[in-house]
Amino acid sequence: MPVAAKPALKKPADTMSSQGIASKKASKGGKGKTPRGKDMDDMSEMGEVGDEWMQQKTMVKPDDQLELTEQELKEEFTRILTANNPHAPQNIVRFSFKEKVFKQVASVDQLAIHFSLDGNMLHKDSDEARRQMARGGLAEAPSEPTVAEGEEKAGEAAAEGGEGEAKPEGEGGEAEKEEGATQTAPAAKGGDTKKLTNQFNFSERASQTFNNPYRERGTQTEPPPRVNFSSTANQWEIYDAYVEDIQRQEKSKEKKGFRGQQESTSRKKISAIESQGDDISRIEKPAKILERMVNQNTYDDIAQDFKYWEDVSDEYREQEGTLLPLWKFSYEKSKRLAVTSLCWDPKYKDLLAVGHGSYDFLKQTRGLICLYSLKNPSFPEFIYNTETGVMCLDIHPAYPHLVAVGFYDGSVGVFNLTEKLQEPMYKCTAKGGKHTDPVWQVKWQKDDLDNNMNFFSIGGDGRVVSWTLVKNELLCTDVILLKLDESPADGGEGTQLFTLGCGTAFDFHKQTDYLFLVGTEEGKIHKCSKAYSSQFLDTFNAHNMAVQSVRWNTFHPKIFISCSADWTVKIWEHTSNMPLFTFDLGSSVGDVAWAPYSSTVFAAVTSDGKVHVFDLNVNKYEALCEQVVVTKKKTKLTHIEFNPNYPMIIVGDDRGYVTSLKLSPNLRKMPKEKKGVEAAKGPEVEIAKMDKLLSLVREPPPEKK
Amino acid sequence: MSEVEEMLKRIQGHKGVIGIIVVNSEGIPIRTTLDNSTTVQYAGLIHNLSNKARSVVRDIDPQNDLTFLRIRSKKHEIMVAPDKEYILICIQNPSDN
Repeated sequence: MPVAAKPALKKPADTMSSQGIASKKASKGGKGKTPRGKDMDDMSEMGEVGDEWMQQKTMVKPDDQLELTEQELKEEFTRILTANNPHAPQNIVRFSFKEKVFKQVASVDQLAIHFSLDGNMLHKDSDEARRQMARGGLAEAPSEPTVAEGEEKAGEAAAEGGEGEAKPEGEGGEAEKEEGATQTAPAAKGGDTKKLTNQFNFSERASQTFNNPYRERGTQTEPPPRVNFSSTANQWEIYDAYVEDIQRQEKSKEKKGFRGQQESTSRKKISAIESQGDDISRIEKPAKILERMVNQNTYDDIAQDFKYWEDVSDEYREQEGTLLPLWKFSYEKSKRLAVTSLCWDPKYKDLLAVGHGSYDFLKQTRGLICLYSLKNPSFPEFIYNTETGVMCLDIHPAYPHLVAVGFYDGSVGVFNLTEKLQEPMYKCTAKGGKHTDPVWQVKWQKDDLDNNMNFFSIGGDGRVVSWTLVKNELLCTDVILLKLDESPADGGEGTQLFTLGCGTAFDFHKQTDYLFLVGTEEGKIHKCSKAYSSQFLDTFNAHNMAVQSVRWNTFHPKIFISCSADWTVKIWEHTSNMPLFTFDLGSSVGDVAWAPYSSTVFAAVTSDGKVHVFDLNVNKYEALCEQVVVTKKKTKLTHIEFNPNYPMIIVGDDRGYVTSLKLSPNLRKMPKEKKGVEAAKGPEVEIAKMDKLLSLVREPPPEKK
Repeated sequence: MSEVEEMLKRIQGHKGVIGIIVVNSEGIPIRTTLDNSTTVQYAGLIHNLSNKARSVVRDIDPQNDLTFLRIRSKKHEIMVAPDKEYILICIQNPSDN
């Protein structure tokens, strides 16, 4: 700048150079320009002036000075002093976007800055200064002493002009002192106590670090396996979840408690696996339901009849009733086998058991046990094939899955319906004391003292045997032997030979457990007791031919009925030797049964295919109903059973069919209700009814009773 | 195993039965005695209806469950026996031949 300033300075210096500055002369050397020429003139003038009191000064001529002629030296140059900046460009051109043309800028900035220096000072009253003061802790103090100074000065002036000198002077002095003190104080404070941060010239020091180059790295993972799950939250779903949870808890408790029962669990596992393995077996239950539904459809009218049909014409026929045929049960393989026994299941009211065999001595084939449900008349629920003919069967009253069966070959067996075996669960062997002749009847008894189940059987060999189920065996005990005569024949050496009769039927008393009746082939009926194994309590010469069936009355404890092949049905009181009633049915009577709802109603079947129903309360001499129930002639009816719950009977014939019939209202008569009095029902009423009957029939009773 | 097969045969041979379909829990028929298109149609429609019916029964009382469902129409009767895993459908012409 000083170099650049030279020529500019020279111009004002030109005017001032008349005064002369010696130093500048020296520095001018070296530049041969016309302004210098003028200076030379001045210099010469000055030199002349200087010469007066300076010693002689030789003129120094620089080597490269312009050689100018005198004329040229005398030439006058006009110099105009303007305020224009010689360095400012004069031809600045800007592009005008409006006119899309380069245009010269009209006026150019002529300001030339020679020197600039940034100062450190702040105005006292500016914000920044105040802030600093505040930081210094002086707030407005500096301004005060200055104000005070001003005041004091004024005061001084006034004081000088006026009053005592001491005070104002003192004050002035104080003020000065204060001033001085305050002046020094900020200075000192500025210097010593606080380091005020540099607010004036910040220098930011930043440095650019080397940026590491970025690299992107990515991997693609296998997406996690996804499954779509959807469900509804219903009340029953929640319920199911709770039930499952409870079951799981129970299982875990069981496992903790019974670790020894691993066998059963393993068995269950096996069965579970088996059942899962085969798809088709899992629809067994719905298939069963479906079959029943289909049957219900087909036999719809029968089902309706069964439930609702009541023969209206019974109202007009006082002493007659009818039997309405309902379902007919048959199985293709049983068509050549006679029905040898029928039994209703005590627990499942629609289940009936049918035993098939043959009564023909010469034609002995296999046997069959079928259990039908009323809901499906076209196919049995359970089927068991046996090698020999089944002669009798009985379902346990407490355990409806156990069926005791007596066979033609004299053996007995117990079938378990819950297991899928075709074999009986228990079977007696020849050693085990089976009968040597066909077993004509079996009957379950109450559990004995050891809680073992037991049943009785009666066979053609004249033995009444009690069988007990102990673990896996059948233990037999002879209860009684059916001896023919009272007097045994001598068998030599003191032994007694007995000829045994052939038992064909028996029945146990409903109330007194030990009392039972036995019917024989000879036509006799023996009253026996379980306690006495050698002797009968009583004997009735009941019939001329074999006794087919003996039954105690359902309600009355003293009455029983018997039927025989000699065409008769007789009703007895067990205390008397003579029958109370005798009915001749015109044909060999196969079976007779008391009705479960009345003490005076019973039904009998004959080999001419007829069913006879009697109600002694209504008609003591004739049947209320005599009806042929078989389609083909020459079909003998072999068995009859009343259903304990519904007003129907089932009848088996020797062709293997089981026909079910509904009893019309006349056959189910209850004692007439007197108006205003409730009809009393129950055993007592029935007994009373019977008693009334008996009193009419009975001869004046001896006092023995 | 074979018992069930026999049972199904018996049902199929029963008087008036037109056909039988066994459907699994997803509504896919696994066994049928009818032609394909009919089977698929029945399976799909009945499956939904059966589930809905069961839902109705169980919503009212969760301890209850649907035993069977009968839809009687003018021409025939559709009988549905549902199970936990399967549904059995049978179409029968009831009573009148």
